[in-house]
Amino acid sequence: MGGVEVGRNAQVKKIMHVLCRAPYGTIYTYEGLEMIMIMAAYGQDLSLVFIGDGVYALKKGQDTSGIGIRGFSRTFMALVDYDVEKLYVDKYSLEERGLSKDDLIVEVAVMNSDKIGKLMKEQDVIIHH
Amino acid sequence: MKIGILLKEGPYNSQASDTAFKFAEAAIKKGHTVDALFLYNDGVTNATKLMDPPRDDRNIAARWSEFSQVHGVEIFACIAASKRRGINDDILIQGGAITGLGTLTDIAIRNDRLVTFGG
Repeated sequence: MGGVEVGRNAQVKKIMHVLCRAPYGTIYTYEGLEMIMIMAAYGQDLSLVFIGDGVYALKKGQDTSGIGIRGFSRTFMALVDYDVEKLYVDKYSLEERGLSKDDLIVEVAVMNSDKIGKLMKEQDVIIHH
Repeated sequence: MKIGILLKEGPYNSQASDTAFKFAEAAIKKGHTVDALFLYNDGVTNATKLMDPPRDDRNIAARWSEFSQVHGVEIFACIAASKRRGINDDILIQGGAITGLGTLTDIAIRNDRLVTFGG
């Protein structure tokens, strides 16, 4: 996708989205993803961080047929087409849930929370979902 | 400092809207500029004029509307989030407008800070 013209000013900011909830059960992750797609279309310098139950959003083999809600894990795979390539996963959150990089649907950088903290310090804007 | 506010929680159920309001008031009192309030997730339900709480309680929607008019702060409700929750132009408070997430992107770009409440 080519990207939409940025509104009044063609400024690019470093915007980090922190996904910290399970993908289903609340709408936060899904609507967060909608926000991420729009900001990506506006050509912003985005990064995504998955912390806590947020790591489940990237888990392979999701099946939402039993809850009557459309699954959206595949949308995370499309992010790369929007030039969203900075995906970070908190190492401790992943291990705590018995998961590893191989359980995830997309390529991510797994890192310690202190490194994630440093990345947060570099951002202009941080939005949690 | 120029501040944008993002409110991600509906009224009453959570204190987020009250806290955002108190923050906005305090920021202005301290000489900061509150540029805009953007409503997302259930936060869009803060902008319905159909809100009618008991008289001895605060009317959160009316309070935001008054705040918007007194201080010239625009209130934006995300269109996708609004449509899901039955919020439309007919029931919107004065000072409110329904808009896209591009507006939030603009708010994030043009302000010194984007401060998030709730969610």
